[in-house]
Amino acid sequence: MTEETLLSARGLSLHFGKVPALVNVDADLWPGEVLAVVGESGSGKTTLLNVLSGRMRADAGVTWYRDPQSRLHDVHAMPAPALRALHRSDWGFVHQNPRDNLRMSVSAGGNVGERLMAAGNRHYGRIREAAIDWLAQVEIDPARVDDMPRTFSGGMLQRLQIARTLVTHPRLVFMDEPTGGLDVSVQARLLDLIRSLVARLNIAVVLVTHDLAVARLLAHRIMVMQRGEVVETGLTDQVLDDPQHAYTQLLVSSVLQA
Amino acid sequence: MLQVDSLEKQFTLHLRGGLSLPVLHGVNLTVHAGECVALSGPSGAGKSTLLRSLYANYRADAGRILIRHEGEMVDIAAAPPRTVVQVRAKTLGYVSQFLRVVPRVPALEIVAEAAPDRSQEKAAALLHRLNIPTRLHALPPATFSGGEQQRVNLARGFIGGHPILLLDEPTASLDAANADIVIAMITEAKARGVAIVGIFHDAEVRNRVADRLLHVAPLQDAA
Amino acid sequence: MNGYNFAYLDEQTKRMIRRALLKAVAIPGHQVPFGSREMPLPYGWGTGGIQVTASVLGAGDTLKVIDQGADDTTNAVSIRRFFARTAGVATTTDTNDATIIQTRHRIPEKALREDQIIVYQVPQPEPLSKLEPSRAETRRMHALAEYGSMHVRLYEDITRFGHIAISYDYPVMVNHRYLMAPSPIPAFDNPKMHMMPALQLFGAGREKRIYAIPPYTDVRSLDFDDHPFRTTRAPQCCALCGADDSYLDEVVTDDQGGRMFVCSDTDHCETRQAEGHTGTGEPVVKEATAAGSEARGGEQA
Repeated sequence: MTEETLLSARGLSLHFGKVPALVNVDADLWPGEVLAVVGESGSGKTTLLNVLSGRMRADAGVTWYRDPQSRLHDVHAMPAPALRALHRSDWGFVHQNPRDNLRMSVSAGGNVGERLMAAGNRHYGRIREAAIDWLAQVEIDPARVDDMPRTFSGGMLQRLQIARTLVTHPRLVFMDEPTGGLDVSVQARLLDLIRSLVARLNIAVVLVTHDLAVARLLAHRIMVMQRGEVVETGLTDQVLDDPQHAYTQLLVSSVLQA
Repeated sequence: MLQVDSLEKQFTLHLRGGLSLPVLHGVNLTVHAGECVALSGPSGAGKSTLLRSLYANYRADAGRILIRHEGEMVDIAAAPPRTVVQVRAKTLGYVSQFLRVVPRVPALEIVAEAAPDRSQEKAAALLHRLNIPTRLHALPPATFSGGEQQRVNLARGFIGGHPILLLDEPTASLDAANADIVIAMITEAKARGVAIVGIFHDAEVRNRVADRLLHVAPLQDAA
Repeated sequence: MNGYNFAYLDEQTKRMIRRALLKAVAIPGHQVPFGSREMPLPYGWGTGGIQVTASVLGAGDTLKVIDQGADDTTNAVSIRRFFARTAGVATTTDTNDATIIQTRHRIPEKALREDQIIVYQVPQPEPLSKLEPSRAETRRMHALAEYGSMHVRLYEDITRFGHIAISYDYPVMVNHRYLMAPSPIPAFDNPKMHMMPALQLFGAGREKRIYAIPPYTDVRSLDFDDHPFRTTRAPQCCALCGADDSYLDEVVTDDQGGRMFVCSDTDHCETRQAEGHTGTGEPVVKEATAAGSEARGGEQA
């Protein structure tokens, strides 16, 4: 663990029976940088995301997290209340399906304000103001602050999930295929939003995606995984334009050009 | 400003059974502030490869690429990705041959994002200078002509104020009038002390901007 | 007497319930599971309250039982008679004389004393039940004090109605730690629970949970800084005793829309009348109730 990394993992290994999900994986994340983890189905990228965020336990290895006071925490040794509190404050998790992370029968404002209320905010007016502000930042018409998410489109739901996640200014956000399942034009809008928010707010992101174009657009660094192993890692444009490993070369050459 | 020692680069094509293509061997180069070095050589010789390697877009197999970054010489061939990102942000600029189009972002934004103060006024002024009229500023460049896209690309490259610029065929898709503007911009940059390495297909352009040539010879016969 | 143990339950059961009560008192507002027994009345009729009362009742106690504030409703009368038969204890309708008060859905108007115990009948002990269907998850939420979702519920009320629209079983925070369902007492009664000198015990028979608030405990109704908790009551005065500060029942008197507002707490009302307070005594016609001031009258204390 160097002086500055926000998150560091060493030697993560996890098997589901005989199937290797993670094989001796190392990963580092610095403040404000976007790390894309790419690979095909079964590569272990989502498993890695779950282990790094403490949602799943590895069979071996350790994941360290540095809190805002620069103290180190072993993510898997943290007591459950602390980990849950972390997920509501300094960390965020954007799911592929926004419905997994939204209360569908609570208004947009209530959804965005929930983390604030969980953190102890007790001023209705200010919570609503913050919610309206965040809706504007994710390009949802603030007039919809009292509307139910049931009335929102898929792209809007995803943006609502992002607003709900970022409202406590997390320094680290895990994203699992944030644009998966969305129409192409909607994807473009969302990617642009993520790009500008991440840059403006200096958020560190671990982004899991199977789409190399998304990785190229958003990430500073990229990790390529195959069958649980990290086969190549480095600067995004370098790995994608000058792939060294056979599997990376295969991935890159397989992408269709529109 | 920029110094290259014994740079080696080869491509290993695993999909072709591990076929190895050496492209650069023992390349040395020094560029001082205010100088423009043009890479010359036949097509396929490795000029673009060299330029991309200078930007760390391609991985060097051996050798050093030293960049004067904030007073120190940083070897970006060996530096960790984080450092390279910082060097690219502050010191090393690159104008590719073709604009990589990001969906949905308007031309003005694309240029303004690259400006140190994100100034939209400066971006608009530079676009005007490159003959991109105001009515196009709010449009994403995906529908622009090749020449227009390249001019947006150039604006983005020059607005950053980087002390070192790498230019890959900057005038290739431009007509004479626009090419002149680019030549003027390069000359002004040199006068400001910017070190430039460029590939110029057009001999006339090359003669007007380059102080020196570096000849890149193909390592294998183009067969 | 009659072949029943004192107060119906066997001694082992009472001991088990008392152990649960001790735990509950030690952790104010925390729900303690207990082995709810089969009682001679169905779930939903006060089995929890009866079991708690049976466990704390002693031969020297005086028991009062009220149902929505009244001593004379069928259920209140039944339960009072039940304990009179199975325990032989003295019973009363006078709040002052009672040492144990079992109640359904109201707290007496008269402030209770340190030597009294009030036992609440509780239908649903879990305050988060409507927000989170999984009991395992609600237990986790209580354990970790994760009550954000309840505040979201209140937020939604303000968004939709401009105010928090909970009129009974209004959630409270006990001892700054546990979120608690006070049972379906009107929100009007919530402030009485705060720093009450009497011991408050809660029994839910069907759900098999016991909880408690020891004397002089901090009990706060949830609210927002800019939407503070307010009690509401009908603006009328009691038609019988003229009280303008007690919780009122609206009684329909005829089929022409005539109605009367009377104190829900029958003992309170009778005591006031005995002291000489009177109300107008007349039913109010429907149109006038909106104005409210029509029903004012009588001497004030």
